[in-house]
Amino acid sequence: MAAGFKTVEPLEYYRRFLKENCRPDGRELGEFRTTTVNIGSISTADGSALVKLGNTTVICGVKAEFAAPPTDAPDKGYVVPNVDLPPLCSSRFRSGPPGEEAQVASQFIADVIENSQIIQKEDLCISPGKLVWVLYCDLICLDYDGNILDACTFALLAALKNVQLPEVTINEETALAEVNLKKKSYLNIRTHPVATSFAVFDDTLLIVDPTGEEEHLATGTLTIVMDEEGKLCCLHKPGGSGLTGAKLQDCMSRAVTRHKEVKKLMDEVIKSMKPK
Amino acid sequence: MEEEMHTDAKIRAESGTGSSPRGPGCSLRHFACEQNLLSRPDGSASFLQGVAEKSRERLIRNTCEAVVLGTLHPRTSITVVLQVVSDAGSLLACCLNAACMALVDAGVPMRALFCGVTCALDSDGTLVLDPTSKQEKEARAVLTFALDSVERKLLMSSTKGLYSDTELQQCLAAAQAASQHVFRFYRESLQRRYSKS
Repeated sequence: MAAGFKTVEPLEYYRRFLKENCRPDGRELGEFRTTTVNIGSISTADGSALVKLGNTTVICGVKAEFAAPPTDAPDKGYVVPNVDLPPLCSSRFRSGPPGEEAQVASQFIADVIENSQIIQKEDLCISPGKLVWVLYCDLICLDYDGNILDACTFALLAALKNVQLPEVTINEETALAEVNLKKKSYLNIRTHPVATSFAVFDDTLLIVDPTGEEEHLATGTLTIVMDEEGKLCCLHKPGGSGLTGAKLQDCMSRAVTRHKEVKKLMDEVIKSMKPK
Repeated sequence: MEEEMHTDAKIRAESGTGSSPRGPGCSLRHFACEQNLLSRPDGSASFLQGVAEKSRERLIRNTCEAVVLGTLHPRTSITVVLQVVSDAGSLLACCLNAACMALVDAGVPMRALFCGVTCALDSDGTLVLDPTSKQEKEARAVLTFALDSVERKLLMSSTKGLYSDTELQQCLAAAQAASQHVFRFYRESLQRRYSKS
């Protein structure tokens, strides 16, 4: 009976739950789904992480390669993110060139990296003007159930923390780079940006961490990326219903608590990996 | 039966640094507007303000979708074409203003008007509204907001750079105050247009 009502009138079905201040999967309006993270699962990548936010699954692999630096910034390396939403994660995506959603997500991750200064590009320089590292960060969604931006940001952060770069020296005589694979060092991660996404319902209600169905029924979305000092790296609100300043303030406080939760989770995982 | 409405908006912006003086009591640069200048499309507008890109398109599209009453025109496609004539800073805000004026000129039913305002924060925290390209490059953070005309609610926001929560609230308040000038300008320019014809 309930399943029939849900198919015929999904919005009304949803509103019944929201009136009681909860959601069909039993969560409160401000509650996130269970987050799990697995670091270092891909052995062929220089750094990797798998993040699961409920059913939404995103895997991030980071590969480091050599490149010549740009002429206007000879001591800066590159960080190149790419978000891929393949047909296997959801029936709404078709195979072929990246669709609009994937491109927007890639641009979002690029903005977060740029704004938060998560890595100082100067740290990626090996020899100014000649050789720098370029980090290709590939984020692939394996299961799309809403809130892709939060999962991607978390996966990227975890993967970058896992990246180990070998020591490189330039041989003066041959002018070739010599890579010492035995001596590896971690990247210097300066800030920890964490994304918190909200969905707006009926122009008034704000719910945190929307699932795929909730995103479809929502009238607007908002994503806040915050670092540990409470500074905002990105306030991404692509249209949708309007929000007052007070509602924005509530979102900020929720984003602060979420940052603490994510930081704690990541510290635990990294600590459990260190002794190896 | 399908109806396709095309609204073309040409954006003209003055180039050059520190050109037109800012009006009294308002830190936005001088702006002017001309409507119905193209004969083929159903509606057109040119917006002159101060002398990436699928992401920008999506922001403008989603903002328009939030205000346009789409249910009154089923099976209709509304195409908004924005051509940048020159860019002297605050490009996204200018695009939003042009899109809104073009939709009004085309007679598309909307639940509110919207306007775009850009704020730049420099390294010591000073707020500059409607920055030039040079100010944008040197700023620590550039925030662009789209606000609606009914309750000045935040429809769209796109930010670049690092800033704190209090700075965000300050910028939002300044943008809401500045949006009043833009909406008053919309009203005046439409009055001028319809009183002539």
